Amino acid sequence: MSRVKSVATGKSRRAMVGGMPMPGLTERVAKAVFLAIICAVVVLPFIGVVSTSLAPAEEVTKAGGFVMFPAQGIDLSAYRSIFAGGTVTQALLVSGFITVVGTTIALFLTCTLGWALSRRGSVGNRPLLLVVLVSLLFNPGLIPTYLVVQQFGLLDSVWAVIVPVCVSAFNVIVVRAYFVGLPDAVIDSARIDGASEWKLFWHIGLPLSKALVAVIGLFYGVGYWNSFFSALLYLNDSSQWPLQLVLRTYVVNGVELGGQELGLGSETVPPQTSIQMAILMISIVPVLCVYPFIQRHFAKGVLTGAVKG
Amino acid sequence: MRRDYPVLLLATPGLLVILAFQYYPLLGNVIAFQDYQPYLGIDQSLWAGLDNFKVIFDGDPEFLNAVKNTLILTVIQTVIVFPAPIVVAVVLHSLLSNRLRQLVQSIIYLPHFMSWVIVVAVFQQVLGGTGMINNWLRSNGHDPLHIIGNVEVFRALLTSQVLWKDTGWATILFLAVLSQIDRALYEASSVDGAGRWRQTWHVTLPGLKPIIILLLILKLGDSLTVGFEQTVLQQQAVGVDASEVLDTYVYNNGIIGGNWGVAAAVGLVKSAVALTLVLTANKIAHRLGEEGVYRG
Repeated sequence: MSRVKSVATGKSRRAMVGGMPMPGLTERVAKAVFLAIICAVVVLPFIGVVSTSLAPAEEVTKAGGFVMFPAQGIDLSAYRSIFAGGTVTQALLVSGFITVVGTTIALFLTCTLGWALSRRGSVGNRPLLLVVLVSLLFNPGLIPTYLVVQQFGLLDSVWAVIVPVCVSAFNVIVVRAYFVGLPDAVIDSARIDGASEWKLFWHIGLPLSKALVAVIGLFYGVGYWNSFFSALLYLNDSSQWPLQLVLRTYVVNGVELGGQELGLGSETVPPQTSIQMAILMISIVPVLCVYPFIQRHFAKGVLTGAVKG
Repeated sequence: MRRDYPVLLLATPGLLVILAFQYYPLLGNVIAFQDYQPYLGIDQSLWAGLDNFKVIFDGDPEFLNAVKNTLILTVIQTVIVFPAPIVVAVVLHSLLSNRLRQLVQSIIYLPHFMSWVIVVAVFQQVLGGTGMINNWLRSNGHDPLHIIGNVEVFRALLTSQVLWKDTGWATILFLAVLSQIDRALYEASSVDGAGRWRQTWHVTLPGLKPIIILLLILKLGDSLTVGFEQTVLQQQAVGVDASEVLDTYVYNNGIIGGNWGVAAAVGLVKSAVALTLVLTANKIAHRLGEEGVYRG
């Protein structure tokens, strides 16, 4: 490829950066404002949620429900009351179980299937790949899926939230594409040394794909942590509700949480807004904690799927 | 066969899940042709011929309303929501500082990882009667705005929620494609006297064309699936007329209302239409000389 040297022509005396002329001042200001507004629109609501959940009761009551910048120090009573052992604590345990167990199962099944499909030349490889690909094209439908879950006896069990979505065909394709791209030499030499298929997968394939597995794991994890509709569909007993359903009932629909539901008995309950924001916070925090570590791998994970899939 | 059984063994559990929850439910669609009664099951429920499809062909007003709402939302999403990340990606791509770009990216990806429940809750806290904006308006002597639960602005509300949640995330693909554009193209066009606008028009956007077409095709397949969780969450506040979409129609009629056969019939037609749309769009893309989703 011949390199075109950047030439300052008579028409444009502006400096060149990466082949593009240096932007003018107006353009730079316009872009800065545009991006600042977008970032603010994303960040400010979160700040409001954190502030309200941490603000002292009097300040929240005085502000009529919402505090942007708590001026009178920090009050953790909202958090204390939701962790007191009532509805929210229970929901947190359910959500934790669904997320941890679900993600583990999902990663295992997705990676094993992806690995198997990446072993080109083995019997049935093509047709099996086709089975996975074709399933991406159609949607089995809400009612039939419900009937299948019912038929398997999963209704009113957290497994109904976990099992039906534990293998995403799309993620299988992404993982497969990545495994296919691993250097053959490493795998072949291990095979010559007598490694079994399982050993190849577990000791070579997976360790070489840590970043991708982490991203896929985040996708599954977030999916399970956020699962709302399947829980609404399959779990009728409110003692089995995950956090998202509690969030819907007590925050979106605005049902008031009393001392009984919170596990506080007859003690005074902090303002509902603070409690609502605290529930909102604990449903956001786990994602926020994992996000920074995996964020830099996003592009890789998404692109392996989109470009090669 | 003997040589390959370990590979097949590894594939089995994952495949079983796909067969059980993607393929096996397809059989359940037979209840679209039945007068399905849960206590009788599929075996013993009576056959109803095409009776369940009458809602569709006779143009039941509630069904037509759901179709109308769904299509309007699809159009809004294609015209407003779809181009938004392209604009953001082009602006981000034109930034000179890598660090700044990465910072902005980490911020705007975030809402994608919030559930719809969280997004709806956050919107209520910001725009609701006692929310952030109305508090501010009241304390400054203005009249509060009635946004949440208002039928007239419901579509705008849904749209802004989708924009907030996924615009940032959707830039990821466009940015990746943009980073592949050969810098020499910019240099060459610059030598030919192209300014920054002309470069965007003649280099950046053509570079994005294949991915835009690909995503539009995929979107077409989803065009009858819009705003399901969002709507289920907010239907109480705004009423069925304004908010019913096809998916909520299936949910409300089938699982809540017990009209299993009718709901399954609507769902079946919906899936069939979606599949046809994707296959057709893909064909058209090939005719136009684009890659499309797959080669077939």
